[in-house]
Amino acid sequence: MTFTPILSDEVVALSTRRSYIELNARARAQQLLDQGTYRELLGPFDRVESPWLPMQGIVTQSDDGCVVAKGKIDGQPAVVIAMEGKFQGGSIGEVCGMKMAEAFRLARLDNEKGIPTRAVLSLESGGVRLQEANMGELVIAEIYSEMVALRKHTPLIVVIAGPTGCFGGMSLAAGLASYVVMTRQARLSMNGPEVIELEAGKDEFVASDKPFVWSVNGGAQRFATDFADVLLEDDANAVTEAVKDLFRKGQPAQLRTDKYDLFIKRLKSMDPSKQWTGEDIRNAWKAGAK
Amino acid sequence: MTNPLNNRGRKWFEALTGSTGKVDGNPGSLMVAEANLGGEKAVFVGVAPDANARFPRTGHTEVGLEEGWYGTKNLRAVIEADKNGPKRPIITVCDSKSQAYGRREELFGIHLAAAAIIAAYADARTAGHPVIALIVGRCVSGAFLALAGQANRMIAFDDPEVLIHAMYKDAAARITRRSVAELDKLGETIVPMAYDIGSFNKLGGLHSLLKVANPDTPAKATVEQVKSALIEAIADARNSPRTLDVRLESDGAKAFRKGSIKVRELMTRQWAPS
Amino acid sequence: MEILNFQFPSSKVKARRAHVGVVGSGDLEILMEPSIDDATHVTIQTSVTGFGDTWKAVLERFLGQHPEAASIEINDFGATPGTVALRLQQAVEESQS
Repeated sequence: MTFTPILSDEVVALSTRRSYIELNARARAQQLLDQGTYRELLGPFDRVESPWLPMQGIVTQSDDGCVVAKGKIDGQPAVVIAMEGKFQGGSIGEVCGMKMAEAFRLARLDNEKGIPTRAVLSLESGGVRLQEANMGELVIAEIYSEMVALRKHTPLIVVIAGPTGCFGGMSLAAGLASYVVMTRQARLSMNGPEVIELEAGKDEFVASDKPFVWSVNGGAQRFATDFADVLLEDDANAVTEAVKDLFRKGQPAQLRTDKYDLFIKRLKSMDPSKQWTGEDIRNAWKAGAK
Repeated sequence: MTNPLNNRGRKWFEALTGSTGKVDGNPGSLMVAEANLGGEKAVFVGVAPDANARFPRTGHTEVGLEEGWYGTKNLRAVIEADKNGPKRPIITVCDSKSQAYGRREELFGIHLAAAAIIAAYADARTAGHPVIALIVGRCVSGAFLALAGQANRMIAFDDPEVLIHAMYKDAAARITRRSVAELDKLGETIVPMAYDIGSFNKLGGLHSLLKVANPDTPAKATVEQVKSALIEAIADARNSPRTLDVRLESDGAKAFRKGSIKVRELMTRQWAPS
Repeated sequence: MEILNFQFPSSKVKARRAHVGVVGSGDLEILMEPSIDDATHVTIQTSVTGFGDTWKAVLERFLGQHPEAASIEINDFGATPGTVALRLQQAVEESQS
């Protein structure tokens, strides 16, 4: 008879693991940068807050939900941008969105000057902040513009951990990334489940059915269908290591947004008249790749 | 009765190019054509209604998987063809209700299809193609980001049917737990929340607002008027940096995007190590 | 939303800068800085109106234990008095670290 230990390796790993999901945006930015190199820009005491929320009787946050910090990753100059999912659902308003766009712009300018600056974006976002609606749309377009320009110089890595997930305008930002890192808890989707159900009905999408929702946009599904490059358990150090590994790998052989031939081939070969499941897609794409 | 398939976007696309924009191999919703504009060739792109749309959640001018990926392929071909020569202007004729909302769309990664066409427009701009968005009708939410947002210059018709917004009013009311009347009231003081194109124009993102007579029916005079506006915008774009900075440097931005400007100033100052 | 202002006499050394918390549901953010004078000034931006007396009581109890002259800014999103006390304690610990 064999002896089964009460604490399996997995349980031991769990008990010593530090959660990334439970970290707030500032702690995430600190986690991603080499120890002792963190320098925050437009931090809480600069008090650059949303000018639009107080006009609507909504409490502001001193960093508008976006932490930008410079430092080093694996010894190389880097900027980290972390969205705070707990403040207004990680929504993109004028100030937080502009902080993101500026961080990318200044990183691009550094790269153009020969200072190789890498960038990581840690996302938790429900999309555009409806209280700043069109300002959000404009700023998000500026974020994309700078992401597309910056990723020519350096890999641009997006981390999506949860619990909020990454939706709306920021899901497209994830689409623009050189690499995407996700946890199993994370979700990545253009339209939120509730919005799809509202627009298209329960036959199309059941927002309250969590296993169903994750089967569509959860980290495991996104990794299996190559919308994410790395799938992780919720482990802060694992996130840091994965980011370092991706930077060591350098630029991807092909950016995802350049894979139009592949996706057009896939679209042509599918039958869109029937409803699809996550499993259907995994099988179809596996078969198509052979 | 008006034919829903013959929407404003299609009418203006056809009036400006003399073509339906149908290209073998492209989906019926995608219009792409080359046409003369101010003594040079320009490429016009648009999303049209399509009664034979393959995807059930598209066909009414939504930006879906096919629009994103085929649009990308067409734009990439233009960038590649002009790689070593003069860069043709690209005119994105916008009349699109939104992105497509559906399960197949999410499973197949509509976020990536939309990102791909955004990257294509942005790369076209930085390669030196003047990209001009001509917003003749609706350009809402993901449709704005995918089709118009990366343009060097955005021109919108000054007309009540023209709508640029993050979300339609009824949906925004439900999600923010406000009434439509409350949203209207807020729009009077919170400019970015307003639904009229005049308010959007205040934010400084548009190059110009164009008052066009009978915008539902392009006529010889109005087509010439729109072409002149496009030619002017193309020349302006060619004489300016290939970034979107012009939006932040506009008078509108100085009045209504003080927060953005402050972020740029402070972040630039703090960026370099002291 | 309600904005509250309080001022309390202080006796000890000035607090150092500290920032804790998030403006998320049931939570709050605190920005603590040295006071410009010898008093402690507190400005509260809260999503829940009508709890001025509760805030005053929580702050008095806290400042009785930590009378550092500080300028305290609180952005509150419906935190309970217990959470407020916890975050204030954290802010003090951070300002001393």
